[in-house]
Amino acid sequence: MTWNPRLVRILQATASTLVIAGVWQFASLFFPHYLFPPVPDIVTRTIAILFSWPLLSEVLVTAARIFAGLLGAFVLGCVMALAIGRSPRIESYVTPVLVFLQGIPALSWVVIAIIWFHGIEFRIFFIMVLTTLPAFTFQILDAFRSMSKELFEMTMSFRPRRWTLFRVLIVPTIVPGIFTAWKVNLGNAARVVVVAELVGATGGVGYELLRQQQLFDMAGAIAWTLQLVLFVLVVQQTITAIETWALRYRAVSERAM
Amino acid sequence: MAQPVIQFRDVSKVFRRANGRGDLLAVDKLSFEVAPGEIVAVLGKTGCGKSTMFNLVAGLIEPSSGEVAVSGHDPFRDFEFFRGKVGIVFQGDRLMPWRTALANVLLGLEILDAEPSKAQAVARGWLARLGLAGHENDYPHALSGGMRQRVSIARAFAVEPELLLCDEPFSSLDEMTARDLRAEFVRLVRQNGKTAVFITHQIGEAMEIGDRVLVLHRPARIAFETRMSQAIDGAARQQIHQTILDVLALEAPGGSS
Repeated sequence: MTWNPRLVRILQATASTLVIAGVWQFASLFFPHYLFPPVPDIVTRTIAILFSWPLLSEVLVTAARIFAGLLGAFVLGCVMALAIGRSPRIESYVTPVLVFLQGIPALSWVVIAIIWFHGIEFRIFFIMVLTTLPAFTFQILDAFRSMSKELFEMTMSFRPRRWTLFRVLIVPTIVPGIFTAWKVNLGNAARVVVVAELVGATGGVGYELLRQQQLFDMAGAIAWTLQLVLFVLVVQQTITAIETWALRYRAVSERAM
Repeated sequence: MAQPVIQFRDVSKVFRRANGRGDLLAVDKLSFEVAPGEIVAVLGKTGCGKSTMFNLVAGLIEPSSGEVAVSGHDPFRDFEFFRGKVGIVFQGDRLMPWRTALANVLLGLEILDAEPSKAQAVARGWLARLGLAGHENDYPHALSGGMRQRVSIARAFAVEPELLLCDEPFSSLDEMTARDLRAEFVRLVRQNGKTAVFITHQIGEAMEIGDRVLVLHRPARIAFETRMSQAIDGAARQQIHQTILDVLALEAPGGSS
């Protein structure tokens, strides 16, 4: 009997999640509930957030901040990657700056943003863009540089205009890199946004986590954390589905299935 | 006499080697002409500069000295003039993996801003002529090597070029498939009154395709030239074949003859 590989993967993921939940529940029998609250409590709190509009809206605010930051970094990253890819001179000026930015911790950006800017939303947008910009730029640049010389020459033999070359060759070449960049940066962005909200916001998942810490409410802290995990999972799956459709031209070996 | 389609006057091409290892002379004061409607087969050992000569005609590289003219224009500098005038069939099929067979044939027509419905009809027509009806929506990975090369031939012919350039297009195919495609190629060139330059390292292929055969020695310069109209019978063909073999044998492995 051959099992559906997708079903097998789902069962494996469910099994490992159940093991973690079991260990947690077991621990809750021996430790105070403010350290290890029972799993049913956590599940109840998680569901409560999902079905309460005021609470769910806090999750959506965080999601909107993540998307806005990623979109800003993506657009800027695309422009910078294409500029660097086309001009070695621009590369020699811009790359050291991006490497420098990569070394700055997210928390430092939070402090800088709080000192520099008054508006909460702009602060968070600034932090999100600055922390994800280098990764977006480098990943898209790598994709651009992996463009096949053979395909470039073939396309140039028809003498395309710049925009046509961009549309028929460059965009399809960098699309796989764009998907990878979004998937990688989504996780980073989810972590950074919580730090930014924790310190410098009056709403969102990060702010709610801060409230749970002040209330010493572990079930609440985990329930809010799970909201973010669920959000990342849903978006990752959505990106993967779009990626699978967009890259359907790729040959897949039967052994790889 | 009509103006030649291709004119090489004392053309040399020098490549600068990486790591300061001096210069490499790939083409040495090469001069020849190709008349309208003529098929010229260019023959030579691997590394003799055939592909460099090909790239000079295609306008993909610029000569270091001398003059290259195609239809009276510089193929490297007069970028716009050659839009749609030259069709190239490369050594590999160079199909875009993200495009279906039909979309690959449509590429040149898209670049030339052809009216979409008319372009579709032209592309479908070429696929049908090359025996690929029913494969329009297949991606390259789903096609055999011979089918992929047919798609690339269709792509070159679809733009109705005045000049066809072929760089060992059948060298990676099995002999049976290559023979069929050679015959098909010559038929299409003759039927459509095209001028063609066909690069190969196989004597039989050069004699079968070319009205004229040029034999190159490294660095690319003409070591022997013959018109196939002189091959009036089997014995004459055999004589030409032997002469070409002798000329090729004269070239020492290092390139000096």
